[in-house]
Amino acid sequence: MFDSRHLSWWNLLVVTLVVLATPTTWAGEGPFFITYTHQMEEPGNLEVASKDVIGKPGNGNRFLGDATEFEYGVKGWWTTEVYLDGQATGRESALFTGYRWENRFRVISHEHWINPVLYLEFENINGADKSLLEVVNHDGKDDVTGPNSETRSEKKREIEAKLILGSYYRGWTIAENFIAEKNVRHEPYEFGYAVGISRPLALAAKPDRCNFCPENLQMGVELYGGLGTHDAFGFRGTSHYVAPTVAWTLANGTTFQVSPTFGVTDASAHFLLRFCVSYEITQFGRTVERAFRGHGARP
Amino acid sequence: MKSWRIVIGCCLLTATSARVGSLLQQAPSEVADKRNPLQGSDKARRAGAKLYARECAPCHGPKREGIGKAPPLNRADVYRASPGTLYWVLRNGSLHRGMPSFAHLPEPERWEIITFLHEVEETPVAR
Repeated sequence: MFDSRHLSWWNLLVVTLVVLATPTTWAGEGPFFITYTHQMEEPGNLEVASKDVIGKPGNGNRFLGDATEFEYGVKGWWTTEVYLDGQATGRESALFTGYRWENRFRVISHEHWINPVLYLEFENINGADKSLLEVVNHDGKDDVTGPNSETRSEKKREIEAKLILGSYYRGWTIAENFIAEKNVRHEPYEFGYAVGISRPLALAAKPDRCNFCPENLQMGVELYGGLGTHDAFGFRGTSHYVAPTVAWTLANGTTFQVSPTFGVTDASAHFLLRFCVSYEITQFGRTVERAFRGHGARP
Repeated sequence: MKSWRIVIGCCLLTATSARVGSLLQQAPSEVADKRNPLQGSDKARRAGAKLYARECAPCHGPKREGIGKAPPLNRADVYRASPGTLYWVLRNGSLHRGMPSFAHLPEPERWEIITFLHEVEETPVAR
């Protein structure tokens, strides 16, 4: 266990230097923004990502929603993530809107045709949150048009569960998510879905290190939306989106993703542009452990 | 009561021996016949070296020497393992031993890694 007595600037400096010198690996979750696949973070790896969305709802101000993600592989079957959310709205303000803590558990070892993963999340955000990481119930364009001065006072403490189903077939990644969300204080159970399919442009790697190899590019499409509540289940009045996605991974492991997102119902925001930059640090846990152990052993 | 103890003891013994045994030994026998379609390809070996450096070296070491709990891969039973067995290990991993599944890699990339792993001599690993 970590001993707080050993914490010092020396430790932090060592960790920072070692992390910067640590080789990276590739994030392999495909080009999706909303849909989860059954792929888990490798044990000990830390992925840092900034997921952003830009939108301009019809009668609201242009906004930028951001979710900064820290994803860590605790075990082969357990991945945990923390998101820090914030947003900036034109002619209004910029603010921190809350955090999310999510955990994914792979329930069956070995690969099968369909691979289930259970997802549990606690989120503590306010009504001004515009990261739009999932769509449930009747979420839609009206949720991102309210002024920050009013919406920031609304507290949302919610538990969210997902059943993630994922498959790989001849280079294609296929994933389906079923979402159930519940405010811990009141409100009904809310439901949503997300499905996605993607494929790299080439299935075999080239021998040379390259930035523009076709294997570094993945393309796909996502479809997601709300399904109402337990007493008003269905598509009526809900918002749904279709979003082509592209991911490009550089040879150094940095991944860029972009996804123009189109609302397909009246309740949906008409257009959103999502983009993401992510970087994966391999064996981060081992590096930190070594740094602290090494310093602690000194006389 | 006694029979329950025997059953529990057998389960514990099985679980313990499964953890101690090599991951290669867990592969079902029927996968051993699977052939590597890229076997002998120099291009595949070099691509495999690149993929090894990216996907495997952080745990197993740049020279396949093994680091910590991750076993070395420059050992005889890996060289001698059938391509199908290595393919099965790469595809499934072992969630409880910390070996991730590499099923997210397309099939040709997994065969490229296996082509590289079957090289007996020390091969410079691309960074």
